[in-house]
Amino acid sequence: MLDALVSGLQLVATLDLQLWQIVGLSLAVSLSAVALASLLGLPLGAAIAVGRFPGRQAVIVVLNALMGLPPVVVGLVIYLLLSRAGPLGAFGLLFTPGAMVVAQTVLVLPIVAALARQSVEDAWREYEEQLRSLGVEGARAALTVLWDIRFSLLTAVLAGLGRASAEVGAVMIVGGNIDGVTRVMTTTIALETSKGDLPLALGLGMVLIAIVLVLNAGAHLIKEAARRRYG
Amino acid sequence: MSAILPLRLEDVSFAAGGRTIIERATLSLEAGPSTIILGANGAGKSVLMRLMHGLLAPTTGRVAWSGEGARRRQAMVFQRPVMLRRSAIANVTYVLEVAGVPAAERERLAADALWEVGLRDLAHRPARVLSGGEQQRLALARAWALHPEVLFLDEPTANLDPSATREIETIIKAFDAAGTKIVMSTHSLGQARRLGDEVIYLHQGRVLERAPIDRFFPHPASPEAAAFVKGELPWA
Repeated sequence: MLDALVSGLQLVATLDLQLWQIVGLSLAVSLSAVALASLLGLPLGAAIAVGRFPGRQAVIVVLNALMGLPPVVVGLVIYLLLSRAGPLGAFGLLFTPGAMVVAQTVLVLPIVAALARQSVEDAWREYEEQLRSLGVEGARAALTVLWDIRFSLLTAVLAGLGRASAEVGAVMIVGGNIDGVTRVMTTTIALETSKGDLPLALGLGMVLIAIVLVLNAGAHLIKEAARRRYG
Repeated sequence: MSAILPLRLEDVSFAAGGRTIIERATLSLEAGPSTIILGANGAGKSVLMRLMHGLLAPTTGRVAWSGEGARRRQAMVFQRPVMLRRSAIANVTYVLEVAGVPAAERERLAADALWEVGLRDLAHRPARVLSGGEQQRLALARAWALHPEVLFLDEPTANLDPSATREIETIIKAFDAAGTKIVMSTHSLGQARRLGDEVIYLHQGRVLERAPIDRFFPHPASPEAAAFVKGELPWA
């Protein structure tokens, strides 16, 4: 165990090329998925928060439930959609990083949207009268609130990123864990552990945790700075 | 453009949660005199103003403006103003943008409005870190930039100290001098006297009395208003 840990640290310290490719792909896939999911999910959450339409409560319940989507199930559904015989098979995305981005976007979207919905709704209670008095309604009101609480929404985005970077089931199924093509940190850790190559698995595990820590620390600093700056 | 005043309330009632908050109010607000809505806490002052301003729809009855486009020709300042997380001047340019003012004119109009309320030097401060009095002045600058025909003020100085209150009252007088109709709720009799021309006295959701200031205070017609004036005077 200790030996494995030491070798793992050595792998990380010596900037093993193969290892860094894996880290790079992981980041590219997860960050793309979170960016896409935020682009869609933040306005969606804000629209549900501000909108008044029949079935709104049901939509909120479903959205909240979707936060717990099992990654393997999402992977399976995306696999079926993207497979050659599937409706989206013509794009030839299966077993490419693109497919992994799609799967993780589906996984992260409800998390970002549901948390944004909650934040915007809380803020809306404060803003509604003032904005309506100014004649601001509908999409413009939703976007105004969304922009005004943008720093608190970092929490929603981070929760999505945590989900994306930690999940293994979806990327494994739609990516196929192909060496040098679709192999990411979590799939490598799963594979190397089952093969018995503990140093690589541990090294990657440490990198994964470090990355998540750095991203969260960065977001925290941004939020604190914003709080001091804008009140 | 024809004037949006007078504003007519015809037999307006408002109920929420099975409780009647405003009961059969029939009123007409004309351009000119500053109207003070007076009454104890819970009398329905805020709700009455929200019905007038259109933030609440009457349960029964009708609220009718005379002219077209009334929505955009009135403004309201709340007891606690809500500022956007941006600079003071950006809060003003935002409402100008919403009102459809061309981009080229917004900065100048916003700067004028900030100057009017004495916030010129704080234009680029984030609005949310301003003091309570400064935020309320900024709320007035937001309204000033729109040149409303009617300005509703819902106890605008309830949370402010005497010096901030004086500043706000000076600005309200400037609105009046510029031709904006003032409709303000307050429970401060001193403030009603300083700013008002006429009083609408509300008691438990009903308009009990409407009279010019100089008649209302010495000779309130209803026993409820008399008790209110008497009871409130020592703290006014």
